[in-house]
This record gives sequence, structure tokens and C-alpha cells, in this order.
Amino acid sequence: MKLITAVIKPHKWEEAREALETFGVTGMTVSEVSGYGRQKGHTEVYRGAEYDIALVPKIRIEIVVDDGDADDVVGIIVKAAQTGRIGDGKVWVSSVETVVRVRTGDRDEAAI
Amino acid sequence: MDGYYAWMIVATALVLMMTTPALALFYGGMTRSKSVLNMMMMSYVALAVVGIVFVLWGWSMGWGADGVGNYNEKLIGNPFDMFGLKGVSHANYIYVLFQLTFAVITAALISGAIADRVKLSSWIVFLPLWVTAVYFPIAHNVWAGGWLYTHFPNLDYAGGTVVHINAGIAAGVLALVIGRRVGFMKESLKPHNLTLTMIGAGLLWFGWYGFNVGSIVFTADNFADPAKLSAQFQSETGVTFMNTTLATCAAMLAWLLAERLLHGKATSLGAASGVVAGLVAITPSCGSVDTLGALAVGAVAGAACAVAVGLKYKLKLDDSLDVVGVHLVGGIIGALMIGLFGTLDSPQGVDGYFPEGGGGLFYGGDITLLGHQAAGVLFTLVWSGVITAVIALAIKFTIGWRVSEEEEVDGIDFAEHGESAYDIHAATSTGGLSLNSVVAKAKEEANA
Repeated sequence: MKLITAVIKPHKWEEAREALETFGVTGMTVSEVSGYGRQKGHTEVYRGAEYDIALVPKIRIEIVVDDGDADDVVGIIVKAAQTGRIGDGKVWVSSVETVVRVRTGDRDEAAI
Repeated sequence: MDGYYAWMIVATALVLMMTTPALALFYGGMTRSKSVLNMMMMSYVALAVVGIVFVLWGWSMGWGADGVGNYNEKLIGNPFDMFGLKGVSHANYIYVLFQLTFAVITAALISGAIADRVKLSSWIVFLPLWVTAVYFPIAHNVWAGGWLYTHFPNLDYAGGTVVHINAGIAAGVLALVIGRRVGFMKESLKPHNLTLTMIGAGLLWFGWYGFNVGSIVFTADNFADPAKLSAQFQSETGVTFMNTTLATCAAMLAWLLAERLLHGKATSLGAASGVVAGLVAITPSCGSVDTLGALAVGAVAGAACAVAVGLKYKLKLDDSLDVVGVHLVGGIIGALMIGLFGTLDSPQGVDGYFPEGGGGLFYGGDITLLGHQAAGVLFTLVWSGVITAVIALAIKFTIGWRVSEEEEVDGIDFAEHGESAYDIHAATSTGGLSLNSVVAKAKEEANA
């Protein structure tokens, strides 16, 4: 099993969700996060005082999938979230040892 | 007469609204989210404390008459003559209440300079001391026939000197004595909710019509003759309402233009600030300039205040929400520009309040008017500046002003009030403690 974590632009999240649902991904965990990469932050000015806002708002999506689906899911997220400009985000895949469904106690592939 | 009386009831309620909630919202939005409640509380508490003090001895000290003033030519009025409104007829209570709301907002205005860091108890001690030693005497001198009024009669229709210059200089002095916030000029101290500030500015503008248009005073001649009274009422309120509107429009645009040129963007905070700067500057002058004069007053105030709010970083003075940059600077501009744009055709000109020497410099007058205006500004700066410093230092070295550094960093809302303004992440921010205390109480009751 693989954990796919994607950090993308907030306004691309809805497109990514729709594409994933069409593919058959039935659930995911989404959080509003902030951070920065090469995009850096931005400057805001209040009554002439400049503030460097280092962090940019992003959406983080976490999905656990079968090994065979991982590449497809990554491809779908990248396609949906891409604008071609700096700040589009990152997607990474990591291995997962065990998954348990809380309701039934099902383990691993049966729990996904 | 009934119409005038009804208007004064409305005007008084409008000015009350300027403090609670308008100023509380305007200031509250500009603080950080961890100190918005404390900021708003400073305005609310100012209403409660000054409201009572004003009735007990404020009216007696400032006005001291069963009418608009006692004209005793003295620097300070007697607080005991009319203590608790002794000798004021019920029909004149509305004048007392109208003036009460001005004292309240003047004191509340100061709080913006010392946001995020002052103990509520120290603020509550400061309020009665300050209005007693500073506000009531200055109001007496400028409006109610005190020493200054007798020797340098200056035009202050609704409180440019008494309210704004007074609060502005007091705010600067207080910020100096109390000191800078932790992180000033190092960390981000940006406003947490400018929608509150925009609502506050809009409500201030609305309430300001009570403030300025309600400040009409009838001449003795007109007061005796219903037809003349009606004529003065209608023409004078028309002018002051018009001037208040025009100056505020001009000031908003001027602020936006100035910051667009200086910093690249026209901001919502700039629009809200421009509105207030314009209202401040037209406050003393709304009864003494014409429409072009009002536009000039507003435009100059808007642009000048937009620049002035940057000065605190050069002075390293943490006047947190720019009470000096907006109210002191705007108030001085409004007071002095009467000396340039004052016209004998205005209500105060027609009523005979202009000194010998006629209108302002641009309206055929000589330097007399400008001189008297400057005297009023200087008087207020010195009186308020010196006495505020004495009170501020007295509090600093006795009960102290500030919460601890740790409390300030954690957030004064929690330290002083035990509350937090926003419960955005409800699932994680409730629970624990409050739930346990409910459970513990239920167990106790079950055991008993």
C-alpha cells in the first residue's frame, strides 16, 4: 500500500477531487496548510508598513491506495493541479505498513 | 423647537454609537486576533466609566450651567457646583447627554495607541483621572466660556481641538510612557480582520452626522424667535451635513491616491483610515467653511495623514493604531485650515463667532483667525500633553500599566479576560477543560 501526499494550490483542489472521484478514489483526508517553496511568500502593506508574508496557503491531500493504483493517482493529481507556474506544489508517495478500518477491524487491502 | 429637540435625541444616540460599537470595531479589526476583545473592551469600558463621571462632576467642571455654558472665563470649572446635575433642569438633560457622548469617545480614542498591552484595571483608573484633569477643562476653555474662549476665541464647531487633538496628543504621550509592544518593528503586527475595520469606519461616518450636525448652537437672538430659530436650524444643519460629507469623500480618495503613489496599492485599510481622517479634519471646520473649503480640508487631511502614519516607525513610537497620525494630525489640519478657508458666509460667520479681522486668509481675512486657531491648538497640545504625562507616569510607578511580557505574547484577551475572540477550529478548541468541569460538577452533585 502507498500513502500519496499532495500539496497543491487551493483553487485547484476541487478539480483534483473531481478527477480522483471519476477514477474511483472513494475517500481522502484534506487539510488547509501553509508553507513555501520556490514561490516564496508575498508582501502586504498596511498604512505604509510592509509585511513579508512568508507562508502561502495550500491544500494537502492524503490518500492511501493499493500499490497498483499509486502511479495513476499521482498522474491524475498532477494533471488536475497543474498550471505551469511556480507554486503548483508537490506530490510524493511513501510506503505504508498497515491500515486498519476502525469500524470493522479489517486490515490492509480490505481496509482501503 | 420640538424638531430640534427630537434631532438632539437622535444625534446623541448616534454619537454614542460611534464609541460602541463603531470605534470598538474600527480598532478591534486592526489588532491581532489574540487581542481584539481587549481592544473592544477598552471602548466599552470607557463608555461606562466616563458616562458616570461625566454626570457626577464632568458637566459641572466643563459647562457648569443649566444650559450650554457658564462663561466664567476661568481655566478650570468647579466640580461641586452642579455635582450630580444639581440645578440642571430636566429639559436640559439632553445637552448633558450629548456632551457626555463626546467625553466618552475622546477617552476611548486614546486606547488605539496602547493596544495589546495594558491592564484593564489601569485603563479604568486612568479614565476618570484623565477626563477630570484634561477633557473637562479643555472643553470648558474651548466651548463653554473658559479662559481661552475669553482671550483667544477660536472656532471649533464639533471638537477638532477638544476631541481629536486632545486625544491624539494624549495617545502619543501614553504610547511613549507605556512603551512599545513586544515585537514592534520586528514581528508582523498586521490587522487581523479588516472587514470589522471597514464596518467600524462606515458606522463612524454615519454616527459622525450626530457629532457634527448635532453640534449646532443657537444665537440668543434666534433662540428667542421661533421663525429665526427654524431658519438657523435648517440652513446650518444643511451646511454642516454637506461639509461633513464632502470632506470625507475627498479624504478617502486622497488617502487612496497617496498610498497608491507611495506604496503601490489602494487598500481597504487606507479607505477606512481616509474616511476617519476626513471626518476628524472637518469636525472643527464643518460650520466655518464652504463646499470648496470642505473639499480642500478633506483632501489635505487624507493625503497628510496617509504620510503621517509612517512617522511612528522613524520615531520608533508604538502608537499602535495611529491615533497620532490620524487624530492629532487630522485635528490640527482641520483647526488650522479654518484660518485659511474660513468664510463669513458660513454658519459660524453669520452667527458672529469669527474674531475681528474677518474670514480666513484665502477668504479676505487677515492673520487674526489663523492666529486664534493656532492658539487653540497650542493650548490643547500643552495642557493635554503635560497633564497626560503626569497621570501616565503616576500610574506607571504605582499600579503599573502593562501585563507581563509572557501574557502579552500569549495574548491579552486570555490573560485579562479569560476569553478568546474566535472559535474557528471548534472540534479541537473546545472540549477538554470545560467538559471535565461539567462532569466533575455532576459527580459532586451525585455524591452529595
